[in-house]
Amino acid sequence: MNRVLALLFHQGVLDEQFLQLQQLQDESSPNFVSEVVNIYFHESEKLLKNLRGLLTEREFSDYKKMGIHLNQFMGSSSSIGAKRVRNVCVAFRAASEQNNRAGCLRALELLEHEYCYLKNKLHELFQIEQQRVLAAGVRYPMQR
Amino acid sequence: MTIEPIMDDPRDQFPIGLRVLAVDDDPTCLFFLENLLRRCQYHVTTTNQAITALKLLRENKNKFDLVISDVHMPDMDGFKLLELVGLEMDLPVIMLSANGDPKLVMKGITHGACDYLLKPVRIEELKNIWQHVIRRKKFDSKDSNNSANQDKLHSAIGEGDSGAGSHSDHDGKLNKKRKDQNEDDDEEHEENENDDPSTQKKPRVVWSVELHRKFVAAVHQLGIDKAVPKKILDLMNVEKLTRENVASHLQKYRLYLKRLNSMVNQQANMAAALGGTDSSYLRMGSLNGIENFHTLTGPGQFHNTTFRSLPPSGLLGRLNTPAGLGMRGLPSSGLTPLGHARNESSSTVAQVHSQQVILPGNHNGNVLQGMPTALELDQLQHVKGIINVRDLSSAIDNTTGFPVSGGLPDAKIAIASSINPLDVTKNTLMLEQNPRAVQGGKGYGNGSSVSVASLNSEFSSSLPDHSRLNDNWSTAAQSSVIHDSFPLNDCFKQPTLHHSNLRDNVSTMALRSGNNPLDVSSVTSMSTEVQDISTDMRRRASLVSSNSRQINNHAATQRWDDHNQHGSYPSNVMYSSTNYMIPLNGAVGPLGQGFEPMNFHTDVDFNSAGQSNYFDPLYMNRNEGNQSAMDMSLKQKQGLLKDQRKPQGSYISSNFGSLEDIVGAMVKQYVDYT
Repeated sequence: MNRVLALLFHQGVLDEQFLQLQQLQDESSPNFVSEVVNIYFHESEKLLKNLRGLLTEREFSDYKKMGIHLNQFMGSSSSIGAKRVRNVCVAFRAASEQNNRAGCLRALELLEHEYCYLKNKLHELFQIEQQRVLAAGVRYPMQR
Repeated sequence: MTIEPIMDDPRDQFPIGLRVLAVDDDPTCLFFLENLLRRCQYHVTTTNQAITALKLLRENKNKFDLVISDVHMPDMDGFKLLELVGLEMDLPVIMLSANGDPKLVMKGITHGACDYLLKPVRIEELKNIWQHVIRRKKFDSKDSNNSANQDKLHSAIGEGDSGAGSHSDHDGKLNKKRKDQNEDDDEEHEENENDDPSTQKKPRVVWSVELHRKFVAAVHQLGIDKAVPKKILDLMNVEKLTRENVASHLQKYRLYLKRLNSMVNQQANMAAALGGTDSSYLRMGSLNGIENFHTLTGPGQFHNTTFRSLPPSGLLGRLNTPAGLGMRGLPSSGLTPLGHARNESSSTVAQVHSQQVILPGNHNGNVLQGMPTALELDQLQHVKGIINVRDLSSAIDNTTGFPVSGGLPDAKIAIASSINPLDVTKNTLMLEQNPRAVQGGKGYGNGSSVSVASLNSEFSSSLPDHSRLNDNWSTAAQSSVIHDSFPLNDCFKQPTLHHSNLRDNVSTMALRSGNNPLDVSSVTSMSTEVQDISTDMRRRASLVSSNSRQINNHAATQRWDDHNQHGSYPSNVMYSSTNYMIPLNGAVGPLGQGFEPMNFHTDVDFNSAGQSNYFDPLYMNRNEGNQSAMDMSLKQKQGLLKDQRKPQGSYISSNFGSLEDIVGAMVKQYVDYT
């Protein structure tokens, strides 16, 4: 398994769900992991933007709406195997259920941070993989 | 020669080729789910909209075997979709959600889901979903035998006995009987005449409007409590309808009524809350009076509880969304042209309907149907009630929902029935533009005119029933009250999933101690937390530092450039936020990520000390009263930050070798504090 991936598992950034993703990648869908992850990134940024927008509103009170965004974020993060991100979402949700705005803000900060980290690492991972593929001159599924 | 079912080969190798319709608004999950299902060798169709899903399902009732749907979707509540699919197409539906709250799961069960899966979905779970299809079919072959069985199952269902299983029992039986009938059944039941009991292809049954009307009339006549399938069947006097069909339908109908009741109670409470007395509420006959509800229908607390029997049209579907404005807007516009089309009482009806729309703005979607119809009811009484009722009756060609004719003994049910006639009207009008959608419609009892008249009194009598508050309703009412005062212990004892939770706890506690009189215990507990955090951070620091070189080099050279320039890490949000979060540390940029967590978290932790620019307005106010408690942490934080600033400089220059030193310093500070 490549070094970055090992690190991510070790740090708890990713969990075994990510392995499921990898298992779904095969000859018929050779880029599955990167496709799914790119969709995830795209959506997550929207969600994070929405969340931040909500929380920085002067008269913020729509916890429900925030909960909806959060729920989606949580669902997609867990489907990807982004364990740490998902855990922060859980904490965020708890704060949101208590209508704790300050707690939500904190959680959002943390969330953004974790997401950022994950994104960078995954990009790194994909780059490494790409390089490897190029070097080998042939396409093959991502090694575990 | 055996009758060969018309299906493609893959179906023969069941469960391979199982035709699944997947619905989820989240593209990540949808894409993932699609691939998982493909991996199970199912035939997958996906859509991200519930409305599209319904359209697909209605287009061809035999196109799918199973539906998997997310619970939270923007255009339609997953539970509603679930209900509709169950009612119209009688397909097994599996719910999917990131939220495993038992209340939601329960809701799924009561709405007829065969299963409730939690995200992330695992392939092992999906490999088994075909069982739900089989289960329904299996009871197909058993159905004609035992009427005793039927009754037993029936009562079992009433007791909430394994909803999925017995539900599919009845459905299966219904389907089987349907299959035996011919296509020239004038009740427009859908058939698959090539079917044969052992085939996998199951005919989808539709209770047409006519049929349902008769059914409802029969139930009405017998009384809901005394309505037994046999008697209903006799009363209905429909050829080729079997007792089992009726039984199954009755079961669904009862569920529907039950839900309607709870919704009605909500309405009653709302009415009481809004209108003072029910009579005055009812008497808000004038349109102007009702227009006033405009002001009441703010965005408000709005729960998107499932509305059963919502007609299939997408337009109405939107009525279920929390957007009160949306509700106001769409139906009115949709209705106006329709209203004009009908000459007799078009204006009245249209107005009535716009009232319908307006009123429930701040209620549930369910209430939408209920409240205004109550008003309508009164209106009808007031104004040309008879005309409208007649109009109603004639307007009812294709309606959906389970309207019940009135006169049912239970006052609550009476309310339900009062709602329905008018539901139906609205539905009819709305649906005129979409006859296709109507296909799934239910009939409407012929006793509608009678019921309208008789229900008014029942309605008013039952309105004062405030006693029962729906869960959702009470939550809705209360959720606007911010619970800001949970005790210190609570936040302290929150399970810590992650060290970030610890931080939350500390900060929250810090805040709390501000609100409570300062005492040693709070400070002590805070310090304990701090220690935990420091341990955690230590751990994390070691992890980080072990990779600091790699990470930070990489980061330094690449990430931040990208952040600054292009869009490869398009999240400016990220960048700005991280910058934001470390206001006191200018040198965020080149720090890289290894170090970042540390900074970030310490800031987060001790922001409550009032130091942070970031959380300023929130924190400052809170912390006004508790300087002494905060000062300690504040000083420490300042010390920390100073230390941080220094090492950062060296951090950058010394190629991050001193990361461990920094961490050690920070930890030491914490320890010193305690």
